[in-house]
Amino acid sequence: MLKINQLHKSYPIGDSSLHVLKGIDLKVEEGEMVAIMGSSGSGKSTLLNIIGMLDEADSGDYILDGLPIKDLTEKKAAVYRNKFLGFIFQSFNLINYKNALENVALPLYYQGMKRKERQEKALFHLEKVGLADWAQHLPKELSGGQNQRVAIARALAANPKLLLADEPTGALDTKTSHEIMAFIQQLNDEGKTILMVTHEEDIASMCKRVVRLRDGVIMEDKKVEQVRAEQYV
Amino acid sequence: MFDLDLWREIFQSINMNRTRSLLSGFTVAFAILLFTILFGIANGLQNTFAEAFVDDASNSIFINSGKTTKAHKGLQAGRRIKFKNEDFDYVKDEFGNKIEFITARIYRNAQASFRNEQNTYDLRAVHPDHQFLEKTKIKEGRYINQNDLNKKTKVVVIGRLVEEDLFLKTKALGKYINLSGIQYKVVGIFTDDGGDNEERKIYMPITTAQHLYGNNDYIDQISLTYNPEMNYDQALAFGNQITKKMKDRFSVARSDQRAIRVRNMAEGTKAVGQMTFGLSVIILVIGFGTLIAGVVGISNIMIFIVKERTKEIGIRKALGASPRSIVSIILIESIIITAIAGYFGLLIGMGVLELVGPSLKTYFIKDPGVSNSLVIGATITLILAGAIAGYLPAKKASRIKPIVALRND
Repeated sequence: MLKINQLHKSYPIGDSSLHVLKGIDLKVEEGEMVAIMGSSGSGKSTLLNIIGMLDEADSGDYILDGLPIKDLTEKKAAVYRNKFLGFIFQSFNLINYKNALENVALPLYYQGMKRKERQEKALFHLEKVGLADWAQHLPKELSGGQNQRVAIARALAANPKLLLADEPTGALDTKTSHEIMAFIQQLNDEGKTILMVTHEEDIASMCKRVVRLRDGVIMEDKKVEQVRAEQYV
Repeated sequence: MFDLDLWREIFQSINMNRTRSLLSGFTVAFAILLFTILFGIANGLQNTFAEAFVDDASNSIFINSGKTTKAHKGLQAGRRIKFKNEDFDYVKDEFGNKIEFITARIYRNAQASFRNEQNTYDLRAVHPDHQFLEKTKIKEGRYINQNDLNKKTKVVVIGRLVEEDLFLKTKALGKYINLSGIQYKVVGIFTDDGGDNEERKIYMPITTAQHLYGNNDYIDQISLTYNPEMNYDQALAFGNQITKKMKDRFSVARSDQRAIRVRNMAEGTKAVGQMTFGLSVIILVIGFGTLIAGVVGISNIMIFIVKERTKEIGIRKALGASPRSIVSIILIESIIITAIAGYFGLLIGMGVLELVGPSLKTYFIKDPGVSNSLVIGATITLILAGAIAGYLPAKKASRIKPIVALRND
């Protein structure tokens, strides 16, 4: 599904440069649920950005679903992002003047789907996250947990191969966090591949595999016994 | 090309951010408002000037005589030059192909009366061509004609206000008017755009006047219009040629400024043309200045908007928006705001001109207003201006990196 070989990335800081990723090798199979852990500055967000095609590596290979991701034009990157990836962010990143339905429909709009079809599909996904009744509400009228569920519906809307989550529970309280995690686990059960950045141990333990980063290299990569989130809800 | 969804996106964005859109539109609306008012006032000034010259044909030349101031060819200074019919015929024959209309004039004052009403008026004895020189408009009846001249008939054509003064509410046409003791038949009533004074005049055949007032063949002035196909330089040369020939004919020194005076309207026309042109240039410069200020203003606000929307644009890009779609959104939004606001400014400006226009007449501004072509031109300019104003910010927006926009801070 996803294969990374000797990935390097550094950022210029003044005259010198900061070497953030120092040769990452990573392989993720379909249906996996991987947590990428590490303290801040370990390079975990950079890695996720490169996987999400929001940033580009300096060297190394990155192959997604058999497709080499290299030297993409902005336009091509936009198409790939839309087709292959679903993003879930810590701060939800919903567009504040669009209601839940419109937010979910946005990736479909960029696919060029017809308005009617788009809305039907968006409503279907909203229903899936249990927010069909809130379709016409603006993000500010929803709670944090509801917003994150709208964001998840949006990430799912384009039916991506890979879900990328950047601290999806970072802005939520424990109870809501567990609700969201239960939901993400359910998606994984249905076969979605999920890659998640977190620095919370209990969230990481709810994944099936934990990759620990420190100073730009992988320290540890092991399968874990998944803790189900439902039991806390 | 037409993408309904794109327009929906844009209108949603404008609608959801009303204050922002209003503020950015305000700059442009104000710029166009100023532009319209300035332009209207300039038009008003031009109208005033144009009107000042409608009284007479703009290609007129007037030839007058006076006393010589210099001795010449054995003749003493102080000799009075007087034109006669033969001089009129001379000019007519000599320059026939360059002349459009020609008339002689005799000036008199006349004590005019009808029944109990009486008043003093300027009397002009003329040839039929005079009608076209003076741009006299016949309201009723007819003008002086060649038949009147041949038969020296006692007929007059009177101004609209003469009729009003003397005939009160009754019709003057066909009635007899008493001029200094002689009865003349009123054969026509005229109007003139030159103002009230021009409509308080009485015209009669030149031969009649010569016969009744002294039985001579003197004339006071020769007026003519040159062929309108002549350009400015040719017209000036023609005027100089007439001056020269007439001075030779009356043995007047070339340097004598008083004996033969030729007034050529071409000189004035040129001056007015230059002034109008200068005025237009100034207005255009000021207008474009305001417009540019408006464009810079909206560009500024668009840059701010892009900054404010950085996160949104980042989200859109992460979800698969191409750089082009980002450019379209910002650019078209800018164009729409500019066009609508500008049009609003234009309408207000036209309204203001319409409202205050009449009261500006005392300041030499007549009928201020903007033409249809200006409205169309302004609309096109506005769309262009909006595109220019939006282009840089749009480019900037399309270069926003999603990771920068989506940082969790």
